[in-house]
Amino acid sequence: MENYHIGSLITQGLKKKPSWKPAWRKAKAKPSYDVIIIGGGGHGLATAYYLAKNHGIKNVAILEKGPIGLGNTGRNTTTIRSNYFYPESVALYDLSLRLYENLSKELNFNIMFSQRGMMMVAHTPTQMEICNRIANAMVINGVDGELLTARQVMDKIPLWNKKKDARYKCHGGIMQNRGGVARHDAVAWGYARAADGFGVDIIENCMVEDFLLEAGRVKGVITSKGEIRADRIGIAAAGGTPYLVAKLGQNLPILDYALQAFVTEPIKPCLDVVVLSLGTGTYVLQSDKGEIVFGGGLDRIPTHTQRGNLPAQETVVSGLLEMFPSFGQLKLLRQWAGVVDVVPDSSPLIGPIDTPGVYINCGWGTGGFKAIPAGGWLLAHLIAKDEHHFISEPFDLNRFNTGRLIDEATGSGIAH
Amino acid sequence: MQIFECPFCGERNETEFHFLTEAGKERPEPAEEVSDSRWAEYLYLHKSPRGKTSEIWVHIPCGEFFILQRDTVTREVYQSISLQDYQTKKV
Ligand SMILES: Cc1cc2nc3c(=O)[nH]c(=O)nc-3n(C[C@H](O)[C@H](O)[C@H](O)COP(=O)(O)OP(=O)(O)OC[C@H]3O[C@@H](n4cnc5c(N)ncnc54)[C@H](O)[C@@H]3O)c2cc1C
Ligand SMILES: [Zn+2]
Repeated sequence: MENYHIGSLITQGLKKKPSWKPAWRKAKAKPSYDVIIIGGGGHGLATAYYLAKNHGIKNVAILEKGPIGLGNTGRNTTTIRSNYFYPESVALYDLSLRLYENLSKELNFNIMFSQRGMMMVAHTPTQMEICNRIANAMVINGVDGELLTARQVMDKIPLWNKKKDARYKCHGGIMQNRGGVARHDAVAWGYARAADGFGVDIIENCMVEDFLLEAGRVKGVITSKGEIRADRIGIAAAGGTPYLVAKLGQNLPILDYALQAFVTEPIKPCLDVVVLSLGTGTYVLQSDKGEIVFGGGLDRIPTHTQRGNLPAQETVVSGLLEMFPSFGQLKLLRQWAGVVDVVPDSSPLIGPIDTPGVYINCGWGTGGFKAIPAGGWLLAHLIAKDEHHFISEPFDLNRFNTGRLIDEATGSGIAH
Repeated sequence: MQIFECPFCGERNETEFHFLTEAGKERPEPAEEVSDSRWAEYLYLHKSPRGKTSEIWVHIPCGEFFILQRDTVTREVYQSISLQDYQTKKV
């Protein structure tokens, strides 16, 4: 793998025709591998990287039905935080945050990780009590969390709606200073490049259609490019996972929904934290290019198409304008949707399934970008050792049999 | 914007409706004989089909629960059947 550094930047910059090599090879599928990963999103790519790096398993293929990183990984609003409620969740998401903190260096690829802070704004004394509860949970779980007065919130977001007739006045808030954003494509590309550097084959435009089974064990997959064999298979296909697992005769506690996001024209820097309003459910940040990026809740109709509906758009946009009336002058440049895999307790599914040799990492729903390093780390552990890492154990599918759900939907309020 | 049909009120805006679960599940009984995994399956697991599906929805303003048949890919809406008609096999 070509190492990127200041010297190479200068030499390449001075050349008439820079001779950068492609960051990863266009690999052709071999007939068999030690491990196959289905899904070239962040979680699949990270899994392959950690299989090679942490466990020395390098004879690995990633099979992606389109180009890598264009699923939810390339469609999300890039917010990273670990301010969850339950200790199990915090262990998971904070592992991820800690890995993110060193990721640019580790991958030798700038993922543009910016810990600008993630702030939730409360509008009533009751919501402030909820913030208190979250802050306490965060501190008990060993994560940074700080309560803010209305004054402190206003100092951070001077453009907030201060009109007399504002529907959601600011009453205070809560801040996670280590939270922030990263460039989503760079996370996918950085892992892809590093995995490729270990010899992992990234095979794009290769749709997995079915599985090869022998004596009840998985022996490989049937793809649009033919059969590829492997004894161990990791599925990290987000909204595509239920469809694949159904081929093995199993249903999952997942429903697919569309989740939308929006981007305005770029403007000068005016917002340097990620802001979520507990009143409107809309969250917003400013990208490095200056665009205002925002989103909100799910579309409420289960679907498998990457298309959003109008009522959800109305809710999210009106939420934004209530929070920041001046953004009403901006033109909306783009709007899009991703198909997110939603689990009843809003926590992911990590673990083996009924078919021996198959492991899943999915169910991240509206909030799995922040979890990519941890999701990859834990699925790699599971595949390499055929047993859970202690952090992924609580997220096993058997929690639905025991009833030990990790209900973050009610625990920490809002996703993303 | 989509229009769904409430068997009681007729055609209404999608925002007036709430999705509950996939239709066609049967509550396993008797309770003493139902294993944890069978019960979890009943409570939580979904087929999440691509294409035609039957689901239970409620029309919030009038409280009518009904079966909505629609397509999860094209978003085409086929028909609404009141749960009563469905249970008495009139449909
Ligand atoms: C609008 C929006 C905003 C979001 N905002 C945030 C946020 O701010 N913060 C946050 O943490 N999370 C956010 N999320 C959630 C986050 O994007 C996802 O949880 C995360 O990207 C999931 O990563 P993944 O690798 O599991 O899935 P994906 O990136 O979707 O990757 C799955 C891959 O599997 C491939 N695949 C599927 N089926 C097959 C098959 N049969 N054969 C081969 N390949 C297949 C797909 O093509 C896809 O590339 C948001 C999501 C959306 C849609
Ligand atoms: Zn009605």
